[in-house]
Amino acid sequence: MAEVLVLAEHAGGQVRKVTFELVTAAARLGEPAVVWAGPGAEAARERLAAFGAARVYAAESGEFDQYVAAPKAELLAWLVAGRAPAAVLVAATAEGREVAGRLAVKTGSGVLADAVGVAAGPDGAPVAEHANFGGAVTVHATVTRGTPVIAVRPGAVSAAPAAAAGAAELVPVAFTVSGAARAARITGRERAEKGARPDLAEAQIVVSGGRGTGSADGFKVIEELADALGAAVGASRAVTDAGWYPHQFQVGQTGKTVSPQLYVAAGISGAIQHRAGMQTSKTIVAINKDPQAPIFEIADYGVVGDLHTVIPQLIDEIRKRKG
Amino acid sequence: MNIVVCVKQVPDTASERRLRQDGTVDRAGPEGVVNELDEYAIEEGLRIAEAHGGEVTVLSMGPGRAAEAVRRALSMGADRGVHLCDEALAGSDALGTSYALAQVLGRIGFDLVICGAESTDARTGVVPAMLAERLSVPQLTLAGKVDIEGGSVTVRRVTDEGYQVVSAALPAVVSVVEKINEPRYPSFKGIMAARKKPVQTLSAAEAGIDPGQVGLAGAATAVADFAVRPPRQAGVVVADEGDGGAKVAAFLAGRKFI
Repeated sequence: MAEVLVLAEHAGGQVRKVTFELVTAAARLGEPAVVWAGPGAEAARERLAAFGAARVYAAESGEFDQYVAAPKAELLAWLVAGRAPAAVLVAATAEGREVAGRLAVKTGSGVLADAVGVAAGPDGAPVAEHANFGGAVTVHATVTRGTPVIAVRPGAVSAAPAAAAGAAELVPVAFTVSGAARAARITGRERAEKGARPDLAEAQIVVSGGRGTGSADGFKVIEELADALGAAVGASRAVTDAGWYPHQFQVGQTGKTVSPQLYVAAGISGAIQHRAGMQTSKTIVAINKDPQAPIFEIADYGVVGDLHTVIPQLIDEIRKRKG
Repeated sequence: MNIVVCVKQVPDTASERRLRQDGTVDRAGPEGVVNELDEYAIEEGLRIAEAHGGEVTVLSMGPGRAAEAVRRALSMGADRGVHLCDEALAGSDALGTSYALAQVLGRIGFDLVICGAESTDARTGVVPAMLAERLSVPQLTLAGKVDIEGGSVTVRRVTDEGYQVVSAALPAVVSVVEKINEPRYPSFKGIMAARKKPVQTLSAAEAGIDPGQVGLAGAATAVADFAVRPPRQAGVVVADEGDGGAKVAAFLAGRKFI
């Protein structure tokens, strides 16, 4: 069975959840082999094996962290040349997409970015599913030239432990980053305060607030509800444009695309650009004063009312039920 | 400084966007607008030229209508336009698009290429990095802030986790994220002036593009099938009669969310 390379996403020695999702997806196409750029492969090996990784290519260099995208693309291109894998899967994160693009150029291959699903087609070749135009159109696409490079959206595939998981062989890779790949140097970094809330893109539940929250102060009730539900916080563009909540939490056409199990939209009218970022959510609950708000057209459950009275009561109810 | 801003004309996100029978984006039907993130790229190019001297060239690849996007950038203040326009380019995927743009960029020359981080139609976000790879210049992508000093460029890169400071020597490719600046509106004077600014229209052959590597036929990816997602069915909508929160809680409990 042909190998399928998976570029591991990891930070501070911790394997990011999307890596297990990629291994799960890779197992549908062939034999998953994780490519680990940077230190920490040995410590992660067992967990990767549990999801079906047969091998871990470990390039221990610390340089992968010092330059943007290019060294990882170079490492993958080198492994593609040496191992002739059936496909390469990366996470459709900020850097993952860029690594995918550069790898595609290096290997003369087709790249499928932001896939929400991956499966083997009738001929065994990968077929990627995309949710285009904010989920309005479902597209299945294939790669017709080179080694398929697929960037898979975090949270789109459920990570599943392998039924017959064995041990993953650790294969040290002697790879040196070229001078050309060291052109854009990372000279500093700053981690955003994340707090205890789950990551917006990966959260099972997202609670979003819109113009109806009224102010930065009024938006706080959204955070309170999110915390009661163990959810991530999102915001509509009206809110981030007004400066009531930081821009990186914007859900919509020009912000994040989310597809959680539950999406609660409070004080959000549901303009087409907002729906493009959340309409593939499994369950949608809407709270809005305006009975004509388009968000009600796509909500599984809607309450016409003032979020400032409905949400506090909802939080009380949640606390009561949780005992 | 020679600044080239890449812009794409895309279907308006407020319209009903469609794919054509062959799986390519319908660029004839809905109203075309400048890709929103590219407006930030144009503004950033203009600001850098204003602060450091130099000229801003706007480059667009697309059908005849994409000339509107070039004109818009010129009315904002860009100095000249290059419109890569050829039937043979229609349906190009990211590999083909990056190849075609890189061919033009190699010919017209640049100190700094600025792109929007992604387009609202395809949203692949891969083209700026692919341009850097093809042009063998540093990639300073997802910039929330750009500083030029002497022959080097430093950006504040917005990542999923926070920020990075990234530096490189020019020439380079930069991509910008939303909110890096406040794009200016074209003034009446700007719109009038834009009419007199030079726009060069290039065919694929004139740009030295191998037709086998572009267009739908030259694409390295293919759409197998597509389907419009069935519209969501509206569910239950109730009025808050002092019990709205309790009603939502009951619904969430019924679905095992609480």
